[in-house]
Amino acid sequence: MTTYLIRNAQITGGAPQDLHLADGVIKAIGTDLAVEADIEIDATGLIVLPGLVDLHTHLREPGREDAETVLTGTQAAAMGGFTAVHAMANTTPVADTAGVVEQVWRLGQEAGYCDVQPVGAVTVGLEGKKLAELGAMHESAANVRVFSDDGKCVDDAVLMRRALEYVKAFDGVVAQHAQEPRLTEGAQMNEGQVSGELGLGGWPAVAEEAIIARDVLLAAHVGSRLHVCHVSTAGSVEIIRWAKAKGWDVTAEVTPHHLLLTDELVRSYDPVYKVNPPLRTAEDVQALRKALADGTIDAVATDHAPHPAEDKDCEWAAAAMGMVGLETALSVVQQTMVDTGLLNWEGVADRMSRRPARIGRLAGHGRPVSVGEPANLVLFDPAYRGAVNPESFATRSRNTPYRGLDLPGRVHATFLRGRATVLAGELAEQGGEE
Amino acid sequence: MKRHLVSAADLTRDDALLILDTAEELAQLSGRAVKKLPTLRGRTVVNLFFEDSTRTKTSFEVAEKRLSADVINFSAKGSSVSKGESLKDTALTLQAMGADAVVIRHHASGAPARLAQSDWLHGSVINAGDGTHEHPTQALLDAFTMRRHLNPGASGNALRQGLDGRRVTIVGDVLHSRVARSNVHLLTTLGAQVTFVAPPTLLPIGIENWPCEISYDLESVLPKSDAVMMLRVQRERMNAAFFPTEREYSRRYGLDGTRMAQLPEHAIVMHPGPMVRGMEITAEVADSPRCTVVEQVANGVSIRMAVLYLLLGGAVFADGPADTPRTDSVETAQ
Repeated sequence: MTTYLIRNAQITGGAPQDLHLADGVIKAIGTDLAVEADIEIDATGLIVLPGLVDLHTHLREPGREDAETVLTGTQAAAMGGFTAVHAMANTTPVADTAGVVEQVWRLGQEAGYCDVQPVGAVTVGLEGKKLAELGAMHESAANVRVFSDDGKCVDDAVLMRRALEYVKAFDGVVAQHAQEPRLTEGAQMNEGQVSGELGLGGWPAVAEEAIIARDVLLAAHVGSRLHVCHVSTAGSVEIIRWAKAKGWDVTAEVTPHHLLLTDELVRSYDPVYKVNPPLRTAEDVQALRKALADGTIDAVATDHAPHPAEDKDCEWAAAAMGMVGLETALSVVQQTMVDTGLLNWEGVADRMSRRPARIGRLAGHGRPVSVGEPANLVLFDPAYRGAVNPESFATRSRNTPYRGLDLPGRVHATFLRGRATVLAGELAEQGGEE
Repeated sequence: MKRHLVSAADLTRDDALLILDTAEELAQLSGRAVKKLPTLRGRTVVNLFFEDSTRTKTSFEVAEKRLSADVINFSAKGSSVSKGESLKDTALTLQAMGADAVVIRHHASGAPARLAQSDWLHGSVINAGDGTHEHPTQALLDAFTMRRHLNPGASGNALRQGLDGRRVTIVGDVLHSRVARSNVHLLTTLGAQVTFVAPPTLLPIGIENWPCEISYDLESVLPKSDAVMMLRVQRERMNAAFFPTEREYSRRYGLDGTRMAQLPEHAIVMHPGPMVRGMEITAEVADSPRCTVVEQVANGVSIRMAVLYLLLGGAVFADGPADTPRTDSVETAQ
């Protein structure tokens, strides 16, 4: 196995040190390490972070291989500095059986770019009617612990309660897509000043907040763990802050795009800005940044949602919801959280690696950057400035809202258990698990 | 003026007055035995209608024909669109056929804006109503009608005048109305004061920041109105709990003879059509001489002629490059 000596890297932004990677682990850390390695990397000016963990990725396979495959999606993940992604269940067929989650898990293993941890559907076919075989998915080779009907809300209160209770038996967590369905019928964008002017169906903040309020109360009532997907409003933040203050076991994630973009962009009617939950107001963006900084929101999750060109090259109402995000996530976090002074690199490691790994109960990820730990690492150049060029993406889709935008930072290298998946900003050839 | 007419908000006061004044000139044609002008001879105008709309489509078609344009009606129904062809491919097809202007009616808000911003086609895009967003030519014909009635002196003297200080009350389903959105932009630009009257359920969130006043009480507003515009209220709205019953809506927000009597003597009653008699307007009001519904239809033709004439540059610019903004046609038209 190739060994690496990384010179003068700043571990989570600290003083420059050398790291020696061999046998899949961090063998040594120190200044002026006198060890031999196959490849030496001059990492002067680069930050080392633990490999990023995404709680929320749509890899689209099986079913929509025209948008993304496990291979292209995990390549995009590696390019973004991720070493583990949670693959959402809304594929075709839905990941609601042991068979499908094992298939996705295996495809991830074969690709070798990033650990793929499948998320199991809460209900059969995401239909919100009947619990899927959650235990079987947990016991499968995929060892599922996160369950979500993402894309749809588990809106039936009884079903949600039972799911929360049931997964306690194997330390699972239900990740809720909070969207009250009746309040969002025909909804096209955030309900507010802009929706009124544009004549687009409004998606009120209360549709998200009402479900979160109900769910934290349910989780408290049955003593279960709840995770809230893609929090997008200031009101949601308040409810989660309140639930945490009560000592309830509630965690939450925010997407990079909700940390940066607002519904003013919808004035262009360009469906590249169409996403679920919708882009909100500048006040919401500020509240989300603050909540991520103070830990009310635990994690950044990409909600990477690839779509083929034709699903965005149309009128707003006909377009699909979602944006790709794996390859720009860390840059957006640098711009919105680090460069603004809200979070240091230690904080970034916590919100993009440590805490998401804990929520997903992923052993081997989100570990400290110290000797003896698995070498799941990302080398990041925070000094880089450049315009986003979707044509250079590894993802199969191009639906990024950041096209042409100058974003800071670039992933220089990513290591998965000591193997480089990205080196010098380029994908490294993988032969699957050794 | 811009190359497209997508939103009434894009029109400056000068743009709007130019269109209204041009329409006045063109309106004189309709009194002649031969109503045709050769202005758009050889130019191709496509009416691209994704939604049924007999009156708007007919109005545009009459306007196009009076200007001697080659008119193509591209109805989404029964065409490849109904078989799943995208807006993009439809637009590319029209571009390939050499459309100089596309008049588009679409059920999706923003579809004309998408066409105008895309490189799918290069002709002028004219919004003939998009979803619950805008219907700028309707607002123009409404302003034209108001100007004729409310400005002292006959039509000839109204040229270059706006609607400064006029009070216009718009009543009904503002939430779902493209007519209301276009009117609030245009009427404000022309100096009028707009008041919306509707049940709170039929007003969009954020309307308090629009340049207009809001009232839930029709009777208190009527005596101060120079024009009252009744919007169509679809009966199906009551099934979505926007209001309890048709009768309750009529009682609270409908315009009947008694309420009409509270209007100042000079005030007019307007309706963009189609009217739902017995719902937002009684037959007595609809058929009264104060009601301008039929006149609005006639004015619609003049307004659409003016818009086409100005956007396509008229005869003088027929050989000019298709992409030049034709601000210089301002002088020509006057």
